[in-house]
Amino acid sequence: MEAVVVKNLTKTYGKEKTVAVDDVSFSVNKGELFGLIGPDGAGKSSIFRMLTTLLLPDGGSASVDGHDIVRDFRQIRSSVGYMPGKFSLYQDLTIEENLHFFATVFGTTIEENYHLIQDIYVQIEPFKNRRAGKLSGGMKQKLALCCALIHKPTTLFLDEPTTGVDPVSRKEFWEMLKRLKEQHITILVSTPYMDEASLCDRIALIQGGKILSIDTPQNIVNAYPDRLLAVRAHEMYRLLKALESYPAILSSYAFGEYAHATLADTDTEALQAYLRGQGLTGVEVKDADVTIEDSFIKLLH
Amino acid sequence: MRTLRFLLRKEFRQIFRDKSIVALIFFMPMVQLILMPLAADYEVRNINLSVVDHDKSPYSQKLISKIVASGYFRLTSYNGSFKEAFGLIESDEADLILEIPHDFERNLIREDHEKLFVAVNAINGTKASLGGSYLGSIIGDFNADIRMQLVTPPRFSQFPVIDVVASNWFNPVLNYKVFIVPGILAILVTMVGGFLTALNIVREKEIGTIEQINVTPIKKHIFILGKLIPFWVLANVVFTIGLLVARFVYGIVPEGSLLTLYAFISVYLLAVLGFGLLVSTFCDTQQQAMFIMFFFMMLFILLGGLFTSIDSMPDWAKMITRVNPVRYMIEVMRMVILKGSSFADVLPHLGIVAAMAAVLNGWAILNYKKTN
Repeated sequence: MEAVVVKNLTKTYGKEKTVAVDDVSFSVNKGELFGLIGPDGAGKSSIFRMLTTLLLPDGGSASVDGHDIVRDFRQIRSSVGYMPGKFSLYQDLTIEENLHFFATVFGTTIEENYHLIQDIYVQIEPFKNRRAGKLSGGMKQKLALCCALIHKPTTLFLDEPTTGVDPVSRKEFWEMLKRLKEQHITILVSTPYMDEASLCDRIALIQGGKILSIDTPQNIVNAYPDRLLAVRAHEMYRLLKALESYPAILSSYAFGEYAHATLADTDTEALQAYLRGQGLTGVEVKDADVTIEDSFIKLLH
Repeated sequence: MRTLRFLLRKEFRQIFRDKSIVALIFFMPMVQLILMPLAADYEVRNINLSVVDHDKSPYSQKLISKIVASGYFRLTSYNGSFKEAFGLIESDEADLILEIPHDFERNLIREDHEKLFVAVNAINGTKASLGGSYLGSIIGDFNADIRMQLVTPPRFSQFPVIDVVASNWFNPVLNYKVFIVPGILAILVTMVGGFLTALNIVREKEIGTIEQINVTPIKKHIFILGKLIPFWVLANVVFTIGLLVARFVYGIVPEGSLLTLYAFISVYLLAVLGFGLLVSTFCDTQQQAMFIMFFFMMLFILLGGLFTSIDSMPDWAKMITRVNPVRYMIEVMRMVILKGSSFADVLPHLGIVAAMAAVLNGWAILNYKKTN
């Protein structure tokens, strides 16, 4: 059963017809945690805004829970939850008032769906009389999630929910999402962080408005075609320069304290010898575990 | 209905939570209404008069003291020569020079006529013309007094004389405040209603809350009603405060019925709020909204007949005033408060303003898009 179906969706902006979303197609199953992974400006938000009926597509079609995003926008609005990238609750209303307001607007009450938000709400409840504008980033995000959940949406759209949030809160947030999945809510989440991709059931890698690949994170990693090497030396900058000029090199880029590289041959000994010949010290070459980021970089080339 | 009630509750809560806005809404109109009419006064007073008295006779003294006693003039200097006095005009210390010739008293009594010389600094046109004519009429008065003293008037005038006696209706003592206070009140209500509506909605856009609202099932017209009603109520409160200030500070009691006044303002506010709403649909930031509102407010005020009479405007300006809601409001305020016009009298105005309200709100609703 598919909760979200997107077919050839296209969106252009302005007179210059800048393409933000270019012929995108994908589908999300019911109860799935689906990630749109891509850098800023890849078109993630535009896709979300079209799916939540805030933006009209210029081409293609899409449906959420079987409702067409253009024709049946009313049904979609009452059945989905949307958390925009920018905190957009009423800053001058308190936590409780915001929650109460959104519950009422959707024609429900906090009590009715309290079980959905309980886990999250108890964390911010001690501050329920504090104005939303005075909350910390992590608390704002929890409140926004509560408000997006309070009407028991069938599908939840979270646009970069973890951008600008500290690592601990990010981890907590993903745990909350996992628990929500158990409530059979379909969740679409977008993020520029590659490390969060592995937490999704399936992901779509997106760049320049185009989808590069859609699969489970594991399959995407498994599909990596080359042998990936992690190379280390004392002088990182010179190492990268040396790798670039190595004859058998396919790709090389910095990756944390290592440089990741793929070769046209399998001769790592020759590479080591070459690097030492370039005057680098502390040279170490080993096989690397492929990550989503490596796959993404590979797909970009 | 439940949603609307909630929107209203939220809106009022937000308004009253912002203490500075509450203060602005309630105190700004009061302060303005108390200060503005006192300061923005078209009656010209304190005209600086420089006298060059070559005669120095009891008569010339009497004339000067009569002029100063009128309250319009302030004797700034008493010069020996015209040249000296003209220097004062050049340095902007004097607005008017009155030169009394040598033998003023003697010639007046003996030869029955004498000339006075008045020089006016006409840089400020209003001050110059009013000052000149005040002075003229005081001198005329003085002249009449002397005649009464010197000549016993015949029982019947030998020459037919048309004596014009004017009676000022609706504002018998020509009190400028009675004229300006209702006008200023009209402007204040317009500002409060128009600005608050425009800025409030644009603020929701700026903060992004409108996005959050847009993905809810709230209907367009419910959302807009939720915005309009609070400001409609607030503007009515401001209007009421204004009427109380007019009553207790200026002693202006509406001649006509309050019901007519409130009936008109209710419809008028719909037009003003509709205008604010329309502006907000075109703007993305509060700055843009502020500038656009300001531009129109200036036009509305200057072409609304608050300070200058619409009848004396050029034809093209008169045409513009026809689509200026403020013009109708000011007119109705003056009609009902000063003239005591009835509901039937303001009906044409009401019709026009109602049409404006329909057009502005309709346009705004069409233009307010939940998707783009």
